[in-house]
Amino acid sequence: MELNLNLASSKKKSVVLDKGKTYDLLIIGSGPAGLNSALYAKRKGLEVGIIGKKSGGQVVDTTSVENYLGFEYKTGEELVKAFKSHVDSLKVPFLSDAEVTSIHKIENRFMVQLSSGEEIATKAVIIATGSRPRQLGISGEADYLGKGVAYCAICDGPLFEGLEVIVAGGGNSAVEAAIDLAKIASTVKLVHRSQLRADQIVIDKLNTFENVEIYLETEILEVKGAQLMSGIIVKDKKTGEISELAANGLFVEIGYLPNSGFVKDLVKLNERGEIIVNAACETSVEGVFAAGDVTDVPYKQIVISAGEGAKAALTANDYINRLK
Amino acid sequence: MSLLNEQLQEQLREIFADMKDDITLAVFSKEDDCETCKDTLSFMQEIESLSDKIHLEELDLVKDADRAAAYNVVMAPSIVMLDGQKNYRGVKFNGIPAGHEINSFIPAILEVSGAGEALPESYKVKLNALEKPVNIKVFVTLSCPHCAGAVQKAHKLALESDLIDGEMIEAQTFYDLSEKFNVSSVPKIVINDQYEFVGNQPLEVFLEEIEKAQRA
Ligand SMILES: Cc1cc2nc3c(=O)[nH]c(=O)nc-3n(C[C@H](O)[C@H](O)[C@H](O)COP(=O)(O)OP(=O)(O)OC[C@H]3O[C@@H](n4cnc5c(N)ncnc54)[C@H](O)[C@@H]3O)c2cc1C
Repeated sequence: MELNLNLASSKKKSVVLDKGKTYDLLIIGSGPAGLNSALYAKRKGLEVGIIGKKSGGQVVDTTSVENYLGFEYKTGEELVKAFKSHVDSLKVPFLSDAEVTSIHKIENRFMVQLSSGEEIATKAVIIATGSRPRQLGISGEADYLGKGVAYCAICDGPLFEGLEVIVAGGGNSAVEAAIDLAKIASTVKLVHRSQLRADQIVIDKLNTFENVEIYLETEILEVKGAQLMSGIIVKDKKTGEISELAANGLFVEIGYLPNSGFVKDLVKLNERGEIIVNAACETSVEGVFAAGDVTDVPYKQIVISAGEGAKAALTANDYINRLK
Repeated sequence: MSLLNEQLQEQLREIFADMKDDITLAVFSKEDDCETCKDTLSFMQEIESLSDKIHLEELDLVKDADRAAAYNVVMAPSIVMLDGQKNYRGVKFNGIPAGHEINSFIPAILEVSGAGEALPESYKVKLNALEKPVNIKVFVTLSCPHCAGAVQKAHKLALESDLIDGEMIEAQTFYDLSEKFNVSSVPKIVINDQYEFVGNQPLEVFLEEIEKAQRA
């Protein structure tokens, strides 16, 4: 048995966000993009604060990270811990477990509204709210959420010990989820509507498990069950044949949707709901910057989000200096 | 088996330095059919040794049935936290709080010792208006990174209201109970065995479901 102590949740917060003052820069979201923005902004001497729902963002839900430069292998948790303690060492005020519901421009200030009803004023904002799992959007998916349908393999995997599970998707997250689940479940069926697009190195690893079956060019039509899910209805796209695959669980790993709904009336989004930014991380509104998975920057990766976060902070710094 | 290496011990000692009052960990075990009782007890002994303010009481679910009844303890291992006056404040852990649950367990020690942060006034008003008892079960797995957040919320609410009982339930140890409540995603929160939701939702969602249970 191991312990995953996260000091941030236990230690009294060293620096509390002062809700009464006007910040130079508020960063919304505390994943890699937000944390790196905070690091860069603070080192530039800005009055900066972070507001975030969940420290570390999606990285916390990642079993292992093997492509962040400088670390051959880190658990998602360890990487977050390293990010967070680096930012904490600069004493950046942090408001955790808080959700921003909207941002309004009033004269030359932005008012950041929290779900608790409070408002905080700032001269500039970086939106780094990342993304959340995309849903299949099929019948039965919502009905069986928490009754078989799941979106976090490391969280819910242990509940399927010795049971049959299906993983939907064909990218790295799906193949990695299938690998994690193959160690726990009796059988794993990986179902994807086209061909696998995961890295060859993870596909090779998946192929070493004997209890994994792969169904390609297969579309999932429906989740079936009684009180709990019992299986899915699938269509073989080549033959058109429809059949049922029995399973106790369905892990959906088909990509991500940007968390941009709360600013859809403030900044321009593209047709996928991503915030449109230029190469300097500027959005359609002066003083509002965005970075990471929530933007239209191609490829959603930790190292990319972190880099974009740094860039957004430097652009914001130039902007704030011009105001002075 | 020691769960805490030297580095962790040092970090925890530092965290426990922020405690205000003493607290007592009342640990319920049972003799038969309890795979994790021994590990849980020895883990709690390690925790106790890290602060003069932490005390340990070793209890037995069967032999100390009256104490178990006083805290609504019905399974083992179960850890109940008592405050400086040895009062039960509704903070309970069923199953070993290892893995990611260390992140709900350590903050609970600080909170019960009186070193927690106050809830915003608007939440307190709602909690003061409660009339009927509320039981919050939070089902978790030890590998779930955001489950501890939901457990912390349940305990925070319990500390603010005498009518609220907040309990973590480790889903794999208490398999039958998890089956009964159809737990297949965690954290799964069940209020008064009837109103449920999945995920580490904001406090507002906990309060909404609690209010539904009040009207029932
Ligand atoms: C299972 C999995 C495995 C992965 N594996 C890898 C890998 O091995 N290597 C790799 O490079 N990448 C990997 N990724 C992708 C990587 O995690 C993301 O690209 C990266 O985390 C994006 O960082 P971000 O800061 O832009 O957003 P996020 O990490 O999504 O963080 C955004 C933060 O903002 C918060 N937030 C959202 N809305 C609000 C709001 N309204 N108010 C306040 N806070 C809000 C969120 O709670 C979150 O904490 C993986 C992703 C997943 C899910």
